[in-house]
Amino acid sequence: MTDHFLKIQSVRKSFGPTTVVQDFNLDVGTGEFVSFLGPSGCGKTTVLRMVAGFEEPTSGAIVIGGKDVTRLKPNQRNIGMVFQAYALFPNLTVAQNIAFGLKVAGVPKADSDKRVAEMLNLIKLPQFGDRYPYQLSGGQQQRVALARAIAPKPKLLLLDEPLSALDAKVRVSLRDEIRAIQKELGITTVFVTHDQEEALSISDRIVVMYGGKAEQVGTPFEIYNRPATKFVANFVGTLNVLEGTVTDPSTGAVQVGANSVMLKGKLNGSKAGDTLSLALRPEAISLGRQPGRDATLGGEIAEVSFLGSVIRVRVGVGKDRVSLDTFNSPASPPPTVGDKAEISFSPEDVLVLH
Amino acid sequence: MKSGRFWAWVTFAVGAAYFFIPLIATFEFSMRMRRGVYSFDAYTVVFGDPRFQATFAYSVVAAVFTIILGVLIVVPAAYWIRLRLPHLRPIVEFITLLPLVIPAIVIVFGYIRMYGSNSPLPFLGSAAGTNVLLVIGYATLALPYMYRAVDTGLRTIDVRTLTEAAQILGAGWTTIVARVIMPNVLIAVLSGAFLTFAIVIGEFTMASLLNRPAFGPYLQNIGANRAYEPAALAIIAFAITWGCMSVIQVLSRFAPKSANQPN
Repeated sequence: MTDHFLKIQSVRKSFGPTTVVQDFNLDVGTGEFVSFLGPSGCGKTTVLRMVAGFEEPTSGAIVIGGKDVTRLKPNQRNIGMVFQAYALFPNLTVAQNIAFGLKVAGVPKADSDKRVAEMLNLIKLPQFGDRYPYQLSGGQQQRVALARAIAPKPKLLLLDEPLSALDAKVRVSLRDEIRAIQKELGITTVFVTHDQEEALSISDRIVVMYGGKAEQVGTPFEIYNRPATKFVANFVGTLNVLEGTVTDPSTGAVQVGANSVMLKGKLNGSKAGDTLSLALRPEAISLGRQPGRDATLGGEIAEVSFLGSVIRVRVGVGKDRVSLDTFNSPASPPPTVGDKAEISFSPEDVLVLH
Repeated sequence: MKSGRFWAWVTFAVGAAYFFIPLIATFEFSMRMRRGVYSFDAYTVVFGDPRFQATFAYSVVAAVFTIILGVLIVVPAAYWIRLRLPHLRPIVEFITLLPLVIPAIVIVFGYIRMYGSNSPLPFLGSAAGTNVLLVIGYATLALPYMYRAVDTGLRTIDVRTLTEAAQILGAGWTTIVARVIMPNVLIAVLSGAFLTFAIVIGEFTMASLLNRPAFGPYLQNIGANRAYEPAALAIIAFAITWGCMSVIQVLSRFAPKSANQPN
């Protein structure tokens, strides 16, 4: 990432007395794929719509390619956008839909036809040019919408939950296609989603949003493994949270139920008697003792769910429940509910949420 | 169950008889101009009457201008209300219903007082001005039908998303309305247009009080002075109205199918 193609600077948006986006800052590099991830109402779509020009920021600035576009109309921004509801023009064929932006821009017909053919090949629908949108499946329609958005060669592509209306299988394949096309064209892309798996799998960086603010900006690895806030830790991935009480800050001893774990260097100035939330990803926990996982907690098997290749086990530890996954091995039967169990983990993998 | 079905048929038969018997009787009467035999003489007389041709042509031209005026006012208004001012919809719907509540005679007397030859806007000072005023009056009368037809058409498409999709592709308002919105509500607009046509062709009060040579006053005049021709004219007017309705039905089959419904 050398330069910043899109700069969102101290943007705030209020609707009447309600502030939906507050002091939002983000720099997106050229060719970067950034996802806005967050629950409904967190302001992610509002930020995207401000970048598109459909909403005007109450304060702050949006700069695209070095040009301040904050007060520019959407049709003057040279941005491509894909909508959740496809938004294909029902009266136009697939080819006419893709050519729409080119025609508006005054591209000669021969060049436009050539570009439309290129786009149809890119989205792997070369035979569908003469069809109408209602003759296509949802996945095909969204691919056409993508082709229509990128046909005029925009410098910035905005994707507003483009996969939400599709079924699971199509969603995964189209997600991969979008990423492949984005990489091939090197187009700077902002993607809005509430699906963490989507965001984690295709983004260069993720902006996790909550309450109109960016809670954390980072790579998928950072977001998942080093969540900066309690919200990010809870929202991204499955997380086991255990309540613990600091017993000896000098050694890092924390009492969890009837057990004690050593979290030296992780207590961040906590005093004896402080209550902490200790978070662990399911994959960081093993059933039984495992080499390299020195911390152990005793409990009782509370629930066993057979999921095919993996078995999800919930172990009651004190008043908390810890969820972990084990591989399904035909040689060893799954644990039984009510059995005594010991779980192990490495203190290094514990996230102390403040 | 069977008894319910029987009474349903009885109700249908009574309704159909109430509707068709006067129509058949009128048609039968219109065929009796020649003594002793059925003939189309009354129709020949009506079609051959130069006043029929002149008044019918006048009303057709007035209808065309009314449709153009109605489309120019209603389509952008209904579009803008759906796009930007949805909270105003109930108010606008109420306003568009007023022509059904306020009698045409009240509207036309209002016009006469407002636009007389001594008023700042003397529409009634010339024949051309009166024609313009008549078209404006007709557009008012047709407003409930035109607005509802267009609004129903707009309801079938995702106006906001389609507008935004066109905007982000570089389109301005003219392109959006002409290339995205209008083609998708064209059938609805045509439905409104044919309803308008049917209203204008048969309208009497406004044309008569503004003293314009329209088809409505001609119908009344013939009805007052002839025996068989009014029946023939009633059938002709009815056929025109039904023709318009049939065209609406046929056109609705060609409405663009919405592609905006996710799977």
